[in-house]
Amino acid sequence: MNEMKETIISSGGVTVADKIRVTHATGLHARPSVKFTMLAKTFAADIEIAAGPEGPWIDAKSIVKVMATKVPKDTLLHVRANGAEAEAAVLALVDLVRRDFDEGSGGG
Amino acid sequence: MSEICLQGLPAAPGILVGTLHAITSAMENRSRSAGDPAAELAALQSAIDRSIGDLEELASRVAGDGADILAFQIAMLGDEELAGPARREIGLGRAADQAWMAAMAVQIADYQGAGDEYFRARAADFIDLRDRVLGHLAGKTETSTLPPGAILAADELPPSRFLALDWSQGGAVALARGSPTSHVAMLARARGVPMAVGLGAELLRVAGGAAQPREKTAAIDGGRGVVVIGPGPERRAEMSALKAREDEARAVAATYRDTMAQTQDGTRIRVLINVADPAELAGIDPALCDGIGLVRTELLFHGHRALPDEEAQFAVYRRIVEWATGRPVTFRTLDAGGDKPIPGLTIANESNPFLGLRGLRLSLVRPEIFAVQLRALCRVAALGHVKVMLPMVSQPGELAQARAHLDRAIADLADAELRHARPALGIMVEVPAVALTPGRFAADFFSIGSNDLTQYVLAAARDLDSVAAIADPSDPAVLRLIAEMAEHGRAIGREVSLCGDAAADPVLIPALLGAGLRALSVAPQSVGRVKAAIASVRLDGAGR
Repeated sequence: MNEMKETIISSGGVTVADKIRVTHATGLHARPSVKFTMLAKTFAADIEIAAGPEGPWIDAKSIVKVMATKVPKDTLLHVRANGAEAEAAVLALVDLVRRDFDEGSGGG
Repeated sequence: MSEICLQGLPAAPGILVGTLHAITSAMENRSRSAGDPAAELAALQSAIDRSIGDLEELASRVAGDGADILAFQIAMLGDEELAGPARREIGLGRAADQAWMAAMAVQIADYQGAGDEYFRARAADFIDLRDRVLGHLAGKTETSTLPPGAILAADELPPSRFLALDWSQGGAVALARGSPTSHVAMLARARGVPMAVGLGAELLRVAGGAAQPREKTAAIDGGRGVVVIGPGPERRAEMSALKAREDEARAVAATYRDTMAQTQDGTRIRVLINVADPAELAGIDPALCDGIGLVRTELLFHGHRALPDEEAQFAVYRRIVEWATGRPVTFRTLDAGGDKPIPGLTIANESNPFLGLRGLRLSLVRPEIFAVQLRALCRVAALGHVKVMLPMVSQPGELAQARAHLDRAIADLADAELRHARPALGIMVEVPAVALTPGRFAADFFSIGSNDLTQYVLAAARDLDSVAAIADPSDPAVLRLIAEMAEHGRAIGREVSLCGDAAADPVLIPALLGAGLRALSVAPQSVGRVKAAIASVRLDGAGR
């Protein structure tokens, strides 16, 4: 899980991106999604996630959209952020997934 | 009045006889006329806000899983995106309730169509949210109470409604629809509330809606997914006997729960479980057993219009492997034919189906179906300790052909860059030809199917009452073959287990262990009894 974080300077400002393997037994499921979106909302940056490098990119602060993506276990989740605190936001969200949402791989 | 027996799916174990109490969804016969869009928007927002208030109030009273589910629902309602499509519809002149229902219908359909069962089960949460907001739009406040010890009957039961009810005085749940993996089933298991789901529309027709309440007694067996409406005296006696037996089995199982099975003189015996449906694993602690010795995959192939595709199989296999948390799981490839016909797959009207195209023989003439199953199994093998077992092998050539199919499935998965692993490939020992000359079969492990082995050795059909006394697994000829298989396994260092009914028979267990077997696979509810029987066996002096 040591994929390199990349920082891209685009016309829209600084975009920070990273990716992390979802190891939770039921994927980005109800409880993990609540934690993920609540954490995302604590940052000012625009944050998006995708289940693959080609997108589609969806708003990481919307639980409706995050759940609708139905990210299964073992997905390489792509996270990118743009704007204030972008780097901190990506770091924190990737770390949450790495910590398996602070729960053992249990039910969902 | 005669009794009506409804068969559904088990969702939470437990037996209860009580009064049937039907509740209906808030969805029925409601429509408001559209006011001006601004008023409708305000009405919708107010209904959503009040719903969030309800859920927060509820969340302050519950803990654990219940609180997590409510937090999820609150987060959903609090997300502007959820009502976005409804707001646009209202802008076009629709009434708030119609717009909300249409928007939620899209969400519900999206989840109902999900490939992953966990996500599919979330549709019930959206139905819950839909109905709660609709209730507020109609100005209706929720006043559902359940008499103590009643059996709640409903189409579906939203988790928030389950949590709002008081279960401390007993009670059970019977649902016409629903899923064993829904949030509400999880809650019922955690609280020890018996629950059966998928009982069909018949349930509500018989139970009567809230509009026409009729006093009805019913008996529910959540562990078997059965509800009997209007049980007669005999059925009541049978249910209370079952309950007594279940309570006793639970007590025995509790005694042996986390202790590994061993004989009186200290020989360790591995006890595994037989499973046909992941739903059976609900509420069972994996620590009870040493793994799963037999997953019957036939069930997947029943009741479907089409055969299950690779993704559908993978999803089910994955649930089983994840439950096992590192313990070995032995999947038996499709064992259709014989007494298990599958329309459109097995050959109809064979004159003697037990000697016909069944088990692996059928898979080898339908390689396109076999390949899909092998691919799904190799993929799930990457997620845990997975073994694959072939049924009804009679000649070494069949095993070689199956291994070639497995090699091809692995090569295909590698080409497709799908995560996979090579599972151990073993065979069932059911045909006397295998038991007599096991050395010819290059299998990674052997599992004796005592039901079939017995019927083939003694030429007595297992499904005929008239010859049942002849089909005796403790016949010296059968026990000798079992002993020789066990000896063969020891000599070449390969595992030999037994997964037929004989393994769960306390009378036969001493003979099976005496024959040299050290691994038995039995139904989950038999584990306690089997461990108890093993504990009373002495092998020193009983040796062969």
